[in-house]
Amino acid sequence: MTFTPLTKTMLRIAVGITLAFIYIPLLIILLYSLNPSQVLGWPPEGFTLSWFPEAIKDDGAREALLNSLKVATVATAIALVLGTLAALAVSRHRFFGRDSVSFLVLIPIALPGIVTGIALNATFTQVMGIDLTLWTVIIAHATFCVVLVFNNAAARLRRMSTSLEDASADLGATPWTTFRRVTIPNMRSALVAGGLLAFALSFDEIVVTNFTIGAGEKTLPVWIFEVLFRPNQPGKVYAVAVIAILLSMIPVYIANRMTREESTTATGAGVAAPAIAEP
Amino acid sequence: MGRRLADFFQGRPRLTVTALLAAPLGWLVIGYLGSLAVMLVASFWHLGELSGEVQQGFSLENYQTLVEEPVYRTIAGRTILVAALVTLTDAVLAFPIAFYMAKVAKPRLRSLLVVAVLLPLWSSYLVKVGAWRLMLSENGAINWALEPFGLSGPGYGTTAVWLVMSYMWLPYMIIPIYAGLERIPDSILTASEDLGARPFRTFRRVVLPLALPAVIAGSIFTFSLTMGDYITPANVSSTQFIGNVVYANFGDNLPLAAAFTTVPIVVMVVYLLVARRFGAFEHV
Repeated sequence: MTFTPLTKTMLRIAVGITLAFIYIPLLIILLYSLNPSQVLGWPPEGFTLSWFPEAIKDDGAREALLNSLKVATVATAIALVLGTLAALAVSRHRFFGRDSVSFLVLIPIALPGIVTGIALNATFTQVMGIDLTLWTVIIAHATFCVVLVFNNAAARLRRMSTSLEDASADLGATPWTTFRRVTIPNMRSALVAGGLLAFALSFDEIVVTNFTIGAGEKTLPVWIFEVLFRPNQPGKVYAVAVIAILLSMIPVYIANRMTREESTTATGAGVAAPAIAEP
Repeated sequence: MGRRLADFFQGRPRLTVTALLAAPLGWLVIGYLGSLAVMLVASFWHLGELSGEVQQGFSLENYQTLVEEPVYRTIAGRTILVAALVTLTDAVLAFPIAFYMAKVAKPRLRSLLVVAVLLPLWSSYLVKVGAWRLMLSENGAINWALEPFGLSGPGYGTTAVWLVMSYMWLPYMIIPIYAGLERIPDSILTASEDLGARPFRTFRRVVLPLALPAVIAGSIFTFSLTMGDYITPANVSSTQFIGNVVYANFGDNLPLAAAFTTVPIVVMVVYLLVARRFGAFEHV
């Protein structure tokens, strides 16, 4: 399709406005992390880098970060297994109620976090009588992360013709070898994209976490929640946030490398997972 | 082990499906839907009049309170209205950039924009709320920027909630729309053009209908996330939303909190059923 210069210009202006809307608050977060003042007024008075060593030295923040990494890693692993299994069932088999599976996996993420949080809290504490720990957080997170893996994996399996798997079988490979050597490698970038999204969602989740975490235990968002709104060192929490953004570039970069052989749309479509799928 | 399992399932499709679905469906049906059922049951409990302790018997007391007290109706109505406004705002903001990414930008710029849109999802939601709270304050950045023009920002309140939530959930709208537009073959747009349609007509009659499922898909998230949030309202307004009421009652009156969650549950289930009719996830 051809676009008139006017259309292009108008689109570019709209893109610029949206990007400014997205990035100005992030820029302000960066400025707050460099602000030496005890009261974060505007405009910033002065400049300091001292919040960053303070943030790194903070034991509470570091422990919370490790907890978050642990929760997100285990929840993502569970979601990868459950999501891939469900995707294989839906895309490689026909059975009664098949259409309901995609609906079912979507519900935990489509219902507001506060609903999921209270429901799981009531079940854990009232019905099962178990103590809330990081493990209850992991169970909760895995529940709403399944859909991200499922949608990516299912979309990929739909596009992937079964001829490769058939060829492998014809050449004498056992079903297990075919699965391990043909199906999984072809799904890899979709699984990376889905897993990364699941990780990101879990890493930053606060609402469900608040309802399912044990007293005294903290993930990074829980730690931030506690210090953010009653700060005595206001810049520090913003420095933690900036460090977290910088650290997040590592997995994004790795995933980008791992999915590079795919078309540029692979990661984009993968990330679109939340609800829609590919033809 | 894996090999023996795979051999065992060969030629037994029904058993294979059962084995594949056992874990995910067990987790989601027993674990998740089971939890929702627990909460539904809890919504019929009530607090003892004297003790203030939860009494586990059947009672419609909570639902009666929610229907009879006008304040709850106001809060529910306000929450749904703001969720709808946020969804609309995000759809309007997301469409041009998603379209630019999918149909105008060259591959290099496109992948750069995808990363640019996704990056905010990696920065802490809470820190963003904190930053907006400071920006919207009396001496904050927004008033500072508008002052030279003789204007002032919205301050704290419902408008601020709308603004901040539109900000928070925007990427959740951009990405599905982008992916949806990307899947529209360029040839269809060219065909429309060749048949004499002006760009606006092509947009309205071809692009928009084909992208609608993607917009609805994105709206599931903007709508749901707005309806359940209590942290943003608590920090940039003193207005009550469903999430605040649920959160506030959770500790002292779990049955009432559970009863009020039926509002977002019903709204979202209806929303999802409508979304499915529009094909928002018919391919999922």
